[in-house]
Amino acid sequence: MYIIKHKKIFIIVSVFLTLAAILSMVIFGFKPGIDFKGGTSIEVSWQDSSRPEVELLNTTLKSLPDAPEILIQPLGSNSFVLKMHEINPAQREGLSSFISSSYPGMSVVGYTTIGPSVGKELARKSIMSIILVSLGIVIFIAIAFRKVSYPVKSWKYGIVAIGTLLHDVIIPTGIFVALSHFYNIEIDTLFVVSILTILGLSVSDTIVVFDRIRENLRSKNNGNFEETVGKSINEVYQRSIATALSVILALIALAIWGPDSTRLLAIMLTAGMFFGTYSSIFLASPLLVLWQQKANNNKKML
Amino acid sequence: MWKRRIVAFLILVVAVGIGYFVYTSEPKISGQTHTGFLNKPFRLGLDLSGGTQLVYRADVSKIEPQDVGTQMGSLRQVIENRILDSKKFKGVSEAVVRTQAANFSNGNEERLTIELPGITDIAEAVSVIGQTTTLEFKVERNKDEAIPVTIGEDGNVNLGAIEQYVSSGLDGSYLKRADATFDQTTGLPTVSITWNDEGSKLFAEITKANVGKTIAIYLDGAIISAPNVNEEITGGQAVISGSFNIKEAKELKDKLNFGRLPVPIELVSTSNIGATLGAVATDAGVKAGVIGFIAIALFMILWYRLPGVIAVLNLAIYVAIMLAIFKLWPVTLTAAGIAGFIISLGIAVDANILVFERMKEEVAHGGTIRDGLTAGFSRAWTSVRDSNVSSLITAFILYATGTALIKSFAFTFFMGTLISLIVAYSVSRRFFGSISLGREGKLAQFLFGSGFKNAKIVIKS
Repeated sequence: MYIIKHKKIFIIVSVFLTLAAILSMVIFGFKPGIDFKGGTSIEVSWQDSSRPEVELLNTTLKSLPDAPEILIQPLGSNSFVLKMHEINPAQREGLSSFISSSYPGMSVVGYTTIGPSVGKELARKSIMSIILVSLGIVIFIAIAFRKVSYPVKSWKYGIVAIGTLLHDVIIPTGIFVALSHFYNIEIDTLFVVSILTILGLSVSDTIVVFDRIRENLRSKNNGNFEETVGKSINEVYQRSIATALSVILALIALAIWGPDSTRLLAIMLTAGMFFGTYSSIFLASPLLVLWQQKANNNKKML
Repeated sequence: MWKRRIVAFLILVVAVGIGYFVYTSEPKISGQTHTGFLNKPFRLGLDLSGGTQLVYRADVSKIEPQDVGTQMGSLRQVIENRILDSKKFKGVSEAVVRTQAANFSNGNEERLTIELPGITDIAEAVSVIGQTTTLEFKVERNKDEAIPVTIGEDGNVNLGAIEQYVSSGLDGSYLKRADATFDQTTGLPTVSITWNDEGSKLFAEITKANVGKTIAIYLDGAIISAPNVNEEITGGQAVISGSFNIKEAKELKDKLNFGRLPVPIELVSTSNIGATLGAVATDAGVKAGVIGFIAIALFMILWYRLPGVIAVLNLAIYVAIMLAIFKLWPVTLTAAGIAGFIISLGIAVDANILVFERMKEEVAHGGTIRDGLTAGFSRAWTSVRDSNVSSLITAFILYATGTALIKSFAFTFFMGTLISLIVAYSVSRRFFGSISLGREGKLAQFLFGSGFKNAKIVIKS
């Protein structure tokens, strides 16, 4: 089996991508959005294509006396989302009339002010859901792999599944952080949702592959472990790819034509779905084989 | 065979019926408006319908802990009534007022969330919600007093509005408490008012000066009753008797008590989405959904051929059922909710794909397509179940811990995963059962093949 034969290449690729993603997180850092720290966000839109350049608007805004520090985030081709610390309605009116006097044709299409206490609540809830989902998934993996199966111990499947899961979450997060740096995007509740959804989607794919490996291990007329894994991958990869493709088709439609507010969610999930499927075929099983070989070698050495 | 076909046909009829319900109950699509059961348009969240959301923090520091729940309940009631009564909010039938009890995640704050679809003026909304019901006691106007006369610009003489009653200075701010009571003699429902010390004095003075006359009780500028004063009342108590029933008496009591809000509130978050922005987001969501559906359908048919066609039929039935659930539940749809639903379209075909792949394997190991299908459905089940459990866990936890926005996503995602499983196993199976495969010749092999391969049938010896 090609994948098993060249397993080291695929593992190296995954390790490299994961490290790059972690590096991107370290370099660019996470910027918590107003969802979590409180603040005001205003969505402004221009007719036709009279929206000013980001830098231009930025300079103009800085010339406003006691202007709050404003983060300008482009949205679609006609709109900006302006984010700043909490301001009152009068300040907001002042700001919008200032912008529209400098760049006519602007209208405020929506605004949100989140108080710090509500922000804290969203942050707490997000952390709570991350902890609970991780716990739920780990318990699920433990139950799914509770039956001991020769020659690989059940818990090893579990550990590999969790490792794969981290890979599937870290890479899209790295991509998000890099994107957020260049497009002034901050972390919001939908980001947390996308991470958790990736967790759910990606683990299921890995489990289908592992299930097949165990099923094939049970029937006696198979070769050694490596061959069995190779055979199992052969049997399930078409399904993995077909399912991933249909989900990705839906996600791409959502990213291109869907509402602005869920675009990033769709992009994140596309990346998650792609790497999740990649990892269940090209990473999880090779890792399992590699681990098994190492264990066997150690035994031989003893 | 014919029995199976009739079942499959009946499923189709029911599915078309559900689809028709979804279509006709959506005025924006069908152009028809209905009453009763068919009056079920999609319920859109604020981000799609446009509108205002206000989040208040309630100050319950002066309330006994055991009373907080009831007081928050009455607070919600008062605000709901204010919104319903307000002339400015005519047509806002879908206003939602929610209370959120103090818990760990919100930092032990009692909250009140108000959603006003279609309202874009936050200042106005805040003023309506923050207004206090005014209670006024007025006395009869002195008949000797001159009626104010003005001459209008057009030269006509306008008589000033002849108000029968004038202010007495006694109003709701002197109110200590109002109770629903029963008249001792007649047994009719009444509302008794207890004034505070200052109010008691004022009330005694007013009643003394107006013996034999009427005192009018005004609520929000409208007269609700004008009882006769028989004698000076000193006990600090007034009884409003009128021709109201028990329910009305209780309502009046609430209104009086809540002239001030039962719990002081402070605005902590506001959100406003313009109607255009909401409409654009809705259109985009629908467009993405339609395109996503077509893309998946094309892929399934091109790749899986006849089983693909059945999978698409399945998917269409799934969509009809989900949309009907959204209407009947009813589910408040937000952009995130629509996203969850669109993603579920892709996941919904997964069960079918697992079965088809399993079928192909069975056929490859020697067997007829019919055998393969039967085995495929039964043997793929564990994979189908396992591959969905983790998504269900995630969606469930997101729903349980999430905010309204997350809940909407989690709900559609959870329901989508669950319903798609049920549809795949109950509907898809019956459709396959109703197809005649004949002698499984070349055509059947082509139709049941996938990708670039035809289904090869190994003849068992």
